[in-house]
Amino acid sequence: MTITSNTGAEVAKAETIAVTVDGVGIEVPKGTLAIRAAELLGIEIPRFCDHPLLDPVAACRACLIEVEGMPKPQPACAQVLSDGMQIRTQQSSPVAREAQEGVMEFLLLNHPLDCPVCDKGGECPLQNQAMQVGRPTSRFEEDKRTFPKPISVSAQILLDRERCVSCARCTRFAEQIAGDPMLELLERGAKQQVGTATDEPFDSYFSGNTVQICPVGALTSAAYRFRSRPFDLVSVPTTCEHCASGCSLRTDSRRGTITRRLAWEDPAVNEDWNCDKGRFAFTYMAQGRITTPMVREDGALRPASWPEAIAIAARGLAQAGSGAGVLAGGRLTMEDAYGYARFARAVLGTDDIDFRARQSSDEEAQFLAARIAGTPATVTYEALERAPIVLLVSLEPEDESPIIFLRLRKASRRRPATVVAISPVRTRGMDKMAATWLPAAPGAEAGVLDEIMSGGSLAETSMAELRDRLQAPGAVILVGERAADVPGLLSAVARLADATGAGLAWVPRRAGERGALDAGALAGLLPGGRPLTDADARDAVARAWGIDAGSLPTAAGRHGTPLLQAASRGEVAALLVGGIEFADFPDPSLARAAVTATAFVVSLEQRHTEVTELADVVLPVAVVAEKAGTFLTWEGRPRPFGQVLREDLAMSDAGVLSMIAAELGQPSPGDVPALRRELGSLGPWSGARATTPGVPAQAITARAGITLASWRLLLDSGAMQEGEPHLAATARPTVARLSEATASHAGLAPAALVTVSGPRGSVTLPWEPAEMVDDVVWLPLRSPGCGVFADLGQVVGGEVAITPGGAA
Amino acid sequence: MADLPQPVRGFGVTFRTMFKRVVTEQYPEDKDKYPPKPRFHGRHQLNRWPDGLEKCVGCELCAWACPADAIFVEGADNTDEARFSPGERYGRVYQINYLRCIFCGLCIEACPTRALTMTNEFELADASRADLIYEKQDLLAPVLPGMLAPPHPMAPGTTERDYYANRIKGAVPDQAAGSPAGQEGS
Ligand code: SF4
Ligand code: SF4
Ligand code: SF4
Ligand code: SF4
Ligand code: FES
Repeated sequence: MTITSNTGAEVAKAETIAVTVDGVGIEVPKGTLAIRAAELLGIEIPRFCDHPLLDPVAACRACLIEVEGMPKPQPACAQVLSDGMQIRTQQSSPVAREAQEGVMEFLLLNHPLDCPVCDKGGECPLQNQAMQVGRPTSRFEEDKRTFPKPISVSAQILLDRERCVSCARCTRFAEQIAGDPMLELLERGAKQQVGTATDEPFDSYFSGNTVQICPVGALTSAAYRFRSRPFDLVSVPTTCEHCASGCSLRTDSRRGTITRRLAWEDPAVNEDWNCDKGRFAFTYMAQGRITTPMVREDGALRPASWPEAIAIAARGLAQAGSGAGVLAGGRLTMEDAYGYARFARAVLGTDDIDFRARQSSDEEAQFLAARIAGTPATVTYEALERAPIVLLVSLEPEDESPIIFLRLRKASRRRPATVVAISPVRTRGMDKMAATWLPAAPGAEAGVLDEIMSGGSLAETSMAELRDRLQAPGAVILVGERAADVPGLLSAVARLADATGAGLAWVPRRAGERGALDAGALAGLLPGGRPLTDADARDAVARAWGIDAGSLPTAAGRHGTPLLQAASRGEVAALLVGGIEFADFPDPSLARAAVTATAFVVSLEQRHTEVTELADVVLPVAVVAEKAGTFLTWEGRPRPFGQVLREDLAMSDAGVLSMIAAELGQPSPGDVPALRRELGSLGPWSGARATTPGVPAQAITARAGITLASWRLLLDSGAMQEGEPHLAATARPTVARLSEATASHAGLAPAALVTVSGPRGSVTLPWEPAEMVDDVVWLPLRSPGCGVFADLGQVVGGEVAITPGGAA
Repeated sequence: MADLPQPVRGFGVTFRTMFKRVVTEQYPEDKDKYPPKPRFHGRHQLNRWPDGLEKCVGCELCAWACPADAIFVEGADNTDEARFSPGERYGRVYQINYLRCIFCGLCIEACPTRALTMTNEFELADASRADLIYEKQDLLAPVLPGMLAPPHPMAPGTTERDYYANRIKGAVPDQAAGSPAGQEGS
């Protein structure tokens, strides 16, 4: 409802109508619902089914009001106002009040009133509204309807059918918002109940939202069931640490333990929703935590005091100096990433730093430096919603940035065929976004983009038409982090964006990547997108850091694979490692070798990992709930958040780095406000940027074998999903996907297993036919039973072999 | 008498009192002679159903009602392996802090299952703060004859409704077979 621009205000003004609510006149935009007009006047009408983001159904009848000139009370949530309409709510109309009381009595007939054992008790719209507009006693004396106690609609979502008021919020959410219509209202009359249409579970990445919007305790989550009451909870607005969608969340904790997380309303980003990973994956924070610093002595780690550990870390790192390297990891808050960026340059004097713990390339680093780092948020969620066309390149939003998926689905419900996706596989997510699928084998995507530029044709899609649509104002190209897998792809994306004028945004998967990029945690880049090789940029940064510009490195350092290779040869004197997992790197054994071969390794970690086992000094750091910070969404929008668990004294990464710096006599800020101030004082870079990479699209050479396509599913073997079995059980099954032709060519029987082999090993798993490019196999990148990098030893776009793997 | 000097008149009061009925109660020597009134608000008790299962469902309504914030409850799921109360939910953690409690009894009124009542026990002094936080085991009613200490299953063929309708009269052998305690005993 916020009107920002002048023209918007004028348009809105031209279309307003005058109505009266309870005798008070108000002007509202044409098409406003009665319930919204009453809200504007601060008059609350009871409601269950009404939800501002769902289509009205008037299912519950709790909101009945009197409308002048209509014989019977009308539901306010579906009553579209017309000019001059006079409505009366329960505040001024006995008719409305009596109607509402009657409906409430009716709703309570079959309601079990088992509030004491119901999770919604204490925050239940039915409790509250029964107190407001219900009659004190019920005239119902017969037996209430009962159902056996909760049934699981999925491993995570439980349904107590007798509590349901048949408001159809959950079913409408599933159908309209998530596009997973597996919850349905079944039966009629007193037997009416919510259920899954078939015996299949409610399979949705967004299922937790139904628990949040259910106005009664009919839908509850296995994770939060019986955990606490609303009055126990301390609630803090936070930002999700799981992906670059950047959802606003509300984190509830009880006596120092997080009990649940909810989606927090933010119309600009996640609206009222979030995904199940962000909602349920928080138990990892309490598991396997490192509680005390550790140092290596005689080959084994032993607990040490903070001063001792800091002193040893400082000594070792100072000895290495500019010979040290920094692997920051992509999960950091922007302030922490800035801490690493600053520590590397100002204290160590090295530029060998990278935050990308995944498949990455030099071309990508150059692309990011040229086009993304430090740029303001221009392509936003709102822009996606309005865009005449959104071209997705190497991005599967449902898995890799769920809120982008929800926005694109929202846009596509109004304007189908907005989304065009270049991918080897046609996915369920694409269908839900009504997307046009442009098939491209892994590695061939850049060629397809060039094809669009030159206006050729591919399958039934006219490329010239696509190019014209991309030239329309507001057109958007979204490129995922996986584009780094394909040489020439990011160059081609930039070329296409330049040629068409379409907006371009880069969508990393991890929550910390965009912030780390803007904070300068990448070789060659100083904070705010400043090129390290630019003397003016170095001067500005040195001034802000209070050091001599001459002490900053002047030549861009190594990153990604070259840095790891050098380290594995023992050429890096020391490594400072943040939160990384070896299995995330395209060559996990190279990453392990890098850490093993380096003489001195300092690991800043939250939990015991493979890295901490190998490190010489381990310094425990705070998890996201124990510190304040900021994540940048993929748009570049800052999402600051506060500290949830205040009892904890764990220090953030930047805090620990500042202690090491102080030990070396080089004070640097360590607390969040100071880091924000310093980073803010630098601001974005306005000088010359790196040049956009011009790597030509690869020619695809015909290949005898099968090409590997892969990305990470939303719910997989990620370390930050540990300790939540109900969530893990809702993950999509680990299956390979192949086209029918490829499968029959390889002699795979339906419903049998397939063995996919790479240079290092093989995985055997069930397979599913899919609409996809021939001679390509799709595997989940890091799901239980299938780790592409670790098990196969192959990268995405590489060659694998498929053979029948026996009966399932 | 009015002419006597004041100090002597004072002794007169003492002398008269010697012939009056003594009202002083000797505590603790004679405490059983003077039990508190039946409705006296003493230490709380967490009651059991006649078969020994706990009545508390861990709903926290008592904690919510408490004006002194003296009660801490954490609910949990009953499982087939370990059932503490009829139905789905039981109170896993139950604490009353007697340094805070003002014995108002609002918690008793709030309890939907009559799990929480008050005894007449008033001797609630102790030497440390920690000892005055009573845990569930300190508050639970004793396992009387005919009861079986949980965890054990509900009476065969019953649901929690039968418990609430007072149709359970005591533990039956089948329940003992299902309980770890019962297996030990047999
Ligand atoms: S389960 Fe909840 S959200 Fe769904 S129809 Fe019933 S009351 Fe509404
Ligand atoms: S969409 Fe991303 S940011 Fe939002 S809750 Fe899910 S993982 Fe977190
Ligand atoms: S008696 Fe009153 S003060 Fe004591 S625990 Fe109960 S409600 Fe709280
Ligand atoms: S004692 Fe009663 S009110 Fe308190 S948690 Fe148990 S059942 Fe609920
Ligand atoms: S809120 Fe209007 S009918 Fe449900």
